[in-house]
Amino acid sequence: MAEYKWPDADKRTFIGKRISRIDGPQKVSGRAKYSFDVNRPGMLFGKIVRSPHAHAKVKSIDTSVIEKWPGVKAIHVVAEPGTELYWAGASVVALAAVDEPTAEDAMRAIKVEYEVLPHLVIDTDTKSAGEFAKQANENKVGDPDKGFSEAEVTMEGSYGLPVITHCCLESHGSVMQWDGDNVLANLSTQAVSGSVAQIARPLGIPATSVRVQQDHIGGGFGSKFGPDEWDITAARLSKKAGGKPVKMFNPRDAELMVAGARPSDYAKIKIGVKKDGTLTAWESQSWGSGGIGGGGSPPIPYIFNIPNQRKQHTNIVNHIGSARAWRAPNHPQAAALTMTALEDAAAAINMDPYDFFLKNIELTGQRAQIYADELKIAADMIEWKKNWHPRGDKTPGYMKRGLGLSIHTWGGLGHASDCDLTIQPDGSVELKMGTQDLGTGTRTALDIIVADTLGIPMNAVKISIGDSRFPTSGPSGGSTTIGGISASSRRASLDALDELFAKAAPSLDAKPEDLEAVGGTIRVKGNPSKSLTWAQACSKLGAIPITVRGKNAPGGNLISQGVGGAQMADVSVDIETGVVRINKIVAVQDCGLVINVKTAESQVYGALIMGVCYALYEEKIMDAKTGKMLNPNMEFYKLAGIADIGELKVHMMTGKGYDERGVIGLGEPPVVSPGAVISNAVANAIGVRVPYLPLTPDRVLAALEKKGGNNARI
Amino acid sequence: MRGFEYANPTTKEQAVGLLGNDWADADVLAGGTDLLALMKDDIVAPKRLVNIKDIHELRGITVSSKGLRIGALVTIQELADDAHVREAFPVVAMTAIEIAGPQIRNMGTVGGNLCQRPRCWYYRAGFGLLAMDKSGEPLVPSGDNRYHAILGNAGPAYFVSPSTLAPLFIALGGTVRLFGPKGKREIPVDKFFIIPQKESEREHDLRPNEIVTEIVLPPLAGIKAATYEIRQKDAMDWPLAIASVALSFSGNKVRSARVVMGQVAPVPWRSTEAETALVGKVLNEETAKAAGEAAVVGAKSLGRNAYKIQLARVAVKRALLAAAGGAK
Repeated sequence: MAEYKWPDADKRTFIGKRISRIDGPQKVSGRAKYSFDVNRPGMLFGKIVRSPHAHAKVKSIDTSVIEKWPGVKAIHVVAEPGTELYWAGASVVALAAVDEPTAEDAMRAIKVEYEVLPHLVIDTDTKSAGEFAKQANENKVGDPDKGFSEAEVTMEGSYGLPVITHCCLESHGSVMQWDGDNVLANLSTQAVSGSVAQIARPLGIPATSVRVQQDHIGGGFGSKFGPDEWDITAARLSKKAGGKPVKMFNPRDAELMVAGARPSDYAKIKIGVKKDGTLTAWESQSWGSGGIGGGGSPPIPYIFNIPNQRKQHTNIVNHIGSARAWRAPNHPQAAALTMTALEDAAAAINMDPYDFFLKNIELTGQRAQIYADELKIAADMIEWKKNWHPRGDKTPGYMKRGLGLSIHTWGGLGHASDCDLTIQPDGSVELKMGTQDLGTGTRTALDIIVADTLGIPMNAVKISIGDSRFPTSGPSGGSTTIGGISASSRRASLDALDELFAKAAPSLDAKPEDLEAVGGTIRVKGNPSKSLTWAQACSKLGAIPITVRGKNAPGGNLISQGVGGAQMADVSVDIETGVVRINKIVAVQDCGLVINVKTAESQVYGALIMGVCYALYEEKIMDAKTGKMLNPNMEFYKLAGIADIGELKVHMMTGKGYDERGVIGLGEPPVVSPGAVISNAVANAIGVRVPYLPLTPDRVLAALEKKGGNNARI
Repeated sequence: MRGFEYANPTTKEQAVGLLGNDWADADVLAGGTDLLALMKDDIVAPKRLVNIKDIHELRGITVSSKGLRIGALVTIQELADDAHVREAFPVVAMTAIEIAGPQIRNMGTVGGNLCQRPRCWYYRAGFGLLAMDKSGEPLVPSGDNRYHAILGNAGPAYFVSPSTLAPLFIALGGTVRLFGPKGKREIPVDKFFIIPQKESEREHDLRPNEIVTEIVLPPLAGIKAATYEIRQKDAMDWPLAIASVALSFSGNKVRSARVVMGQVAPVPWRSTEAETALVGKVLNEETAKAAGEAAVVGAKSLGRNAYKIQLARVAVKRALLAAAGGAK
């Protein structure tokens, strides 16, 4: 029986190295097929008539005109008369037509009458939200009054960040075919295995009749954990159209309006601190919104467990598209509220925030030493001690430069994962798993693990994922994939190898437990001359392949959870125009044993770019009066381009002290800090806090004009 | 997008014959970077598209002693790359290369840059050019007007003119040539832009059956000119404010000045206040700043766009300093 652990560093062939992703050539050449690219013979185009009102009741729907159109093959009412709709863009009626122009003409020919109801789409304060503001109970830790009385300086400030969207480049949707008794779903999803039951249930068919496939996904970020109402609708349209496949993907405006929102969070924060940097108390009144289901409640103060706290959070329930998990749910908000306020507290006592963070590092708990190590490395990378200056760059001229820092955490425990590993008598190897490659390099990671374990080249392993007919593996979210899939694939590979050893051992005149798989051979440990090639060894299987089920089961030391990370930013701000430019961001990140250093770094680079986007540009801008989103496009829903991201440097913590923790997920943590580090760097540059993200020219100029603080506009 | 008829004329006479007397009859397709998006968003729905890209006389760039002639179909990228333009009118090439991104510059035309429609998000959401709700209430003054006009914004138009080239062409004294059923028409570029007073009016002095054929700029002849653009992103983004300036000097003093701002008013906004402030002065940080101040004397915030007043001020100042610094 194999011992489930990772090979020692000197025994690793691929694990922990820098490996280019195996599907890279497919992706850059355009051959990789995303669900959006799926086209099938006879395919129909699905479209949805959406509510133009932020809050309304459907009074009547008249589809009689298009029912006679030969090009319209199916109509499905999503919101029957009487249904209340809670955001602009909510689905009302869907149809499937032979081509997109016909479908669009048909949409315009449908008559829907609404009873318009009062709406709330903004979240600038709790007062104007009236009945839509739901205040939670006050939460007290320690003795906040005593904490503030012990403080020598009390810092007060306002902070926050708006609702943003996921803005997946591949919008949400699917090609659905309900043919006979079976539904085939080419879905854009973070959960191939997990979507089956979610499709079957509303359609009232057995889950065994549903198959989900997806080769590649163009972004999910937490907003694609299952089929959406429009995917289910597409399946119904397919059935009504006699089993023809129906393609239903969100147009860009709908994608930004309804397919996912990260809740906003704002807070008025008070911090008590002694002049030596000791934190004594925290007080916050926070609020946020995220649609009709409300938003989240960020864990503040973030990471630093300040001894005395008084906190109150208010949830604003409003009429925008619903909130969904957005990469590291609640953490970017918590960091943007906490790390900024802490930096202001450091400034209030004229202390370098680097020293201030280290002074209080014990408040971070069990990972204090890791944070301290990471901060030190980050500081070296950005030359903090050389480049940092007290608040407000005194250099003449209108360009001001500054540095900022932040730390973050996440769990990242691997999810449940099953896989089947088959070794064929001809030596070919296939791993099948119902997981998905979220763009993070999951295929490559699996290939690395199987090939490394079996001692064969990576191109000798076939990795088959993205199909619900493969063994069940968890949804890719919460940084749970790499832990789950690495544990199950390592276990399967080790178990399969045991079976192969048993078959090969007699030919080598050895006991199975004395064998090892190295460099494409099966050989006797300590006696490399007694060996079989991989093909020779596999031929001992006769006609019957080995198939082994691997599971991410409890026990062993393959995976664990809990990471830290430190980031620092260097920015320049034009104080005459309020335009912020990123010079450099450095990220230091631990995640246990890194399977592939290259794709791990890519994850962090991607997170930093996503972070620049929400720090400087992203905002779901709602019109208070009409209830509509004003920027449901890629023109005014701004994202960073290559020219906007500055120089990005990533350092992964690996080796002793990290590898033995096993594999831990990485997707979320590096996206937590960028908002805070960039805001802190801007404050350091211009001498005042810009209270709210994104740090747009209007907000920067307003902060400069009003010397920062509480008067700034959200 | 709705269905439409597609016409492919090869002469400007044919093109004009295919256009209608009403805007809804037909629209002119050149680069299509704006028009196709407007059609997809159902903001315009012309019955006929008249593709003018096969009319060869609308192409070409000519630099001569008479100045610069730019065919309406010249792409933004062609304008930026043209060796003669870079030599004789470097400010034109430098202004053009800042527009949008490579894809847009390679498709979008100079004529289209002048004729493109405003980016006002209420207009683009279907509330009309003057952005009114069903009761006729204007949405911009009480709405989110962070990108709207700070000058010429007494209403009913609040959008900003989106053209990056127009302020420069006006500063350089350019002329736009049009062709219609009655033949040629020629107007100064600054007269080409008008502030609509009714929803049925447009922001250009262009009739539904006319096309832009070319833009003509007089020789620079010692004029020092520059454009300064303020935008939030370095990568593809709409400017928040632009200033184009053209100066002539007598000794070290400004003899004449043209100061034109973009993205600040429903039309490219020429500031005679700034021009007056400059004439007779030595151009330096102080006088450039004063001209910037003068340029926004009449500016007014609609509520959320006060910062644009500052941006316009700075754009003018920096354009002037760039011009004085040797840019032509």
